[in-house]
Amino acid sequence: MVLIASAPTFSHGVHPADQKARSATEPIGRMPFVREYSVPLRQHIGAASEPIVAVGDIVQRGQLIAKRASFVSTNQHAPVTGRVKAIETRPHPSGVSVRAIVIESDPFSSQQMGASGPRSDQALADSVSDAGIVGMGGAAFPAHVKLSVPEGRTVDTLLMNGCECEPYLTCDHRIMLEHPTAVLEGTAMIQTALGAKASVIGVEQNKSDAADVLRAASKGSVSVAQVAVKYPQGAEKMLIKAVLGREVPVGKLPLDVGVVVHNVGTAFAVHEAVRLGKPLIERVVTVSGPAVSQPRNLWVPIGTPICDLLAFVGLDQLDQYIVISGGPMMGQAQKNLQAPVVKGMSGILVFPAAHQATKEYPCIRCGRCLDACPMFLNPTRLWLLTRNRDIEALNQHHVQACFECGSCSYVCPSHIPLVHAIRMGKKLVREAQV
Amino acid sequence: MGMSIFLMLGLALVFGTILSVAHRFLHVDEDPRIDTVADMLPGSNCGACGEPGCRAFAEKLVSAAAQPAGCSVSATEQVDEIAAFLGVDAGERVKLVARLHCGGGRGLALNAAEYSGMSTCGAAALVNGGNKACEWGCLGLADCQVACTFDAIQMNERLLPVVHPDLCTACGDCVVACPKDLFTLEPISQPLLVQCKAPTTGEAARAVCTVACDGCGRCVADAGEGVMVMEQGLPVIVQPLLTSRSATFRCPSGAIAWVEGSQFAFEAMEV
Amino acid sequence: MSKLLLVSSPFVRDERNTPQLMRDVIGSLVPILIMSMWVFGVIALLMVAVTGATAVVTERLVTSKRSLHDGSALLTGLLLGFVLPPGLPLWMGALGSAFAVGLGKAAFGGLGANIFNPALLGRAFLQAAFPEAMTTWVAPQMGFWQLPERSLAWPLMGSHVDGISAATPLGGFKFQGLTTDLSEMVVGTTAGSLGETATWLLVLCGLWLALRKAFDWRLPVSTLFSVALLSWVLHATVPERCADPMTMLGSGGLMFAAVFMVTDPVTTPVTAKGMWLFGFGTGVLVVLIRSFGGLPEGVMYAVLLMNAVTPWINRFTQPRVFGGLA
Repeated sequence: MVLIASAPTFSHGVHPADQKARSATEPIGRMPFVREYSVPLRQHIGAASEPIVAVGDIVQRGQLIAKRASFVSTNQHAPVTGRVKAIETRPHPSGVSVRAIVIESDPFSSQQMGASGPRSDQALADSVSDAGIVGMGGAAFPAHVKLSVPEGRTVDTLLMNGCECEPYLTCDHRIMLEHPTAVLEGTAMIQTALGAKASVIGVEQNKSDAADVLRAASKGSVSVAQVAVKYPQGAEKMLIKAVLGREVPVGKLPLDVGVVVHNVGTAFAVHEAVRLGKPLIERVVTVSGPAVSQPRNLWVPIGTPICDLLAFVGLDQLDQYIVISGGPMMGQAQKNLQAPVVKGMSGILVFPAAHQATKEYPCIRCGRCLDACPMFLNPTRLWLLTRNRDIEALNQHHVQACFECGSCSYVCPSHIPLVHAIRMGKKLVREAQV
Repeated sequence: MGMSIFLMLGLALVFGTILSVAHRFLHVDEDPRIDTVADMLPGSNCGACGEPGCRAFAEKLVSAAAQPAGCSVSATEQVDEIAAFLGVDAGERVKLVARLHCGGGRGLALNAAEYSGMSTCGAAALVNGGNKACEWGCLGLADCQVACTFDAIQMNERLLPVVHPDLCTACGDCVVACPKDLFTLEPISQPLLVQCKAPTTGEAARAVCTVACDGCGRCVADAGEGVMVMEQGLPVIVQPLLTSRSATFRCPSGAIAWVEGSQFAFEAMEV
Repeated sequence: MSKLLLVSSPFVRDERNTPQLMRDVIGSLVPILIMSMWVFGVIALLMVAVTGATAVVTERLVTSKRSLHDGSALLTGLLLGFVLPPGLPLWMGALGSAFAVGLGKAAFGGLGANIFNPALLGRAFLQAAFPEAMTTWVAPQMGFWQLPERSLAWPLMGSHVDGISAATPLGGFKFQGLTTDLSEMVVGTTAGSLGETATWLLVLCGLWLALRKAFDWRLPVSTLFSVALLSWVLHATVPERCADPMTMLGSGGLMFAAVFMVTDPVTTPVTAKGMWLFGFGTGVLVVLIRSFGGLPEGVMYAVLLMNAVTPWINRFTQPRVFGGLA
């Protein structure tokens, strides 16, 4: 208890029950191949990739099937050996259908990866871009963009994010436990590419086993910082504050305080891409939640339909359930389970519908949301201003600084959907600027 | 007591002098016709003319930067009256109404899930794009009805907005309010309407909505040369004002609609 | 087709909810009621029952039925009952309770929208309407079943006052220069309003509520701290006007207000800084009114005054955005 209190952290935040125990102890399993995959041309922030295959083409697992369209964009690779069945608009976990390359897998294929040797770690950004790697923590920002430092800027510290502060999710935890050397090597490559003097891996104290494993494997080359168990510790700005004591100015990037933050899962993917030449065609997904009898982590090929993944863990009758992509604090409920697993998807959680108590009471102005907001905003005020559509005041109250962590809605005793309203407020402000 | 009265009188005198001097030297001459014209306008400040309010529009009218018919709220007689007062041409008056590019109301379009939360379209659209299987369709939570200043929009039994053409002033509030961007302002004389916005085609479109456009292209073929084209799975009307209904005849779902007057009706719904 | 539910994130929530918070506070009033019955007899139960019931009836009459579930109307009524003198005619209590819920809360738009603490507003109304009855105190421990003379008086009848039958510790200090034994104030066997005399029990209830996170601890702590600090200074300078800190803390409605009134989330600031300011302001006003005002007690006015400036405090204590200029 003393240890927890003394661990570095940020101000405010909340303490949801972490619910990780059941899936954290099980080794990462493997999701078998299914019949059909849908690889969306946009699973990242930035421009949609451009397909370079045609309907009817035979593709091999790991083969490049779509190229990045601009600097902020990514390559896409075939997750499976098979035939391109269609290139058409398909459901996407974001709720906005996008064009996708649909591949029918070849049931008789051994699913060997196409020949592709190790890549250069000299021009790491190029290798990472070739491999189609995005930030694996959820935001899915093309990773190569964050591997090159713009002219005239310097990065002194590379911060690796191993916090995984969302309840239920344990995919990063398992990767750190099972592949510490790969994570460390990936970290070292990224550090060299950025020219950073130091690299630190931030791990929450509820994963001290992972921290110990990393420490032992690193032999001192990388420091491991244990941070307090608190949500949203894994948010970039909060982690920088906790580990380095620096506050990223509002509207600025970590780069502006000389820091770049990458997820530990990204480091692992970078290592795989460089050492083994393996593009990003699968990722670890935590399948958990109160409705999942055996929560676990699985290697899942990108493009696997969510319904197939759920069927594999024994959930095929999903009447009156909430299926969430991502964590329970920031994830998104899904309406169409045909939507595929994408590169930024860290978890699929299933909650019974009855789990949600939606009765709303009036705001009693207790101020709990102000005490919870890690960005020191005034959520109850933003909620009111959104209802009044007062765009000027929303701007004055820094509505755009909200990164939608959901801490305000979590603590609200009146069950007011604060973060949902603030999301609308942000949209109002964005539309007014156009 | 006497002192304070004296003081107050002195103050009144000083400020009165300042005010009268200021009035004389800082006076801004304004065309008196602006006030008159502003009084003749409806005063609803709806913004349909593109100006921030009726007075701003009156200024534009007086300076001949706009034509009286630019006010879509005023009745024709009023517009003529203003034109006569200013001695200008009333301008061409095109009556526009808000039209919805979706016909997939309750019972017609499939719901993929059940939404629970803040009961506005804007809020629902933020949760995985809304509960409809068709992510382009009308969410039916009446943001347009709330936004309408003129009470011209009422939701019908299918949870589709019925726009009353006589009450609609084409102010565009519903166009802004709809998170799915389903409204456009169309000339009321233009009855041909593509009542669907889903780019999906074939079975994918038909599976989720009985009134979806599945991109068969029959309307484009039937409409005649250069009237409609297919773009991203949807027909687009490029040459408006049709008198012939031919484009609608072979539409299998009714997505290509011929709308005179109100777009949707209040109906007793059979479920 | 399976039925999925779409709701907005987050999908997990803190288990505390508003009706539960109200129930916690209502629950903590039970031991106080028992204590009050031991000190003042069965009248405590009657008064609190009358004000509580009137509040619920009023709420049902003026607003929709559904708002009853949150328990806030009942809480307002109960709180009012506890801050009334035991000898007050019951009909006045009912009138004050109706006023508190009807005009103090519902007229502003119901729970969450009122500016002033409704229970204290009800009390202020009674104080203005019936100044004599509101300052007539009954001696403690007259006997359990013995009702004060005028408790069952008919409305607007029998307004004659028999004269002060007992002095509260603060009244005694102000008008007669008497000091009350600290132990009596701690135990609660002094004259005063129904719920305010037993300081030890109020402190216990406050601690329990703070541990349950039913209120924000900063509000009572800052209030009590500033009362103690200022009265310590003033007692050293003008001892004939200002009582010593312990008497200040243990007497009158201060402890009751610190636990149940300044902790009302609705009428106090939402910002952390604002909460400290609110508490300090209340404490300073309490000491100043008690020491230099015409009345022996000033907690009610102190809280109501601070309620009035709460919107202003909120505005000027807006938090600094993370990464913004200091």
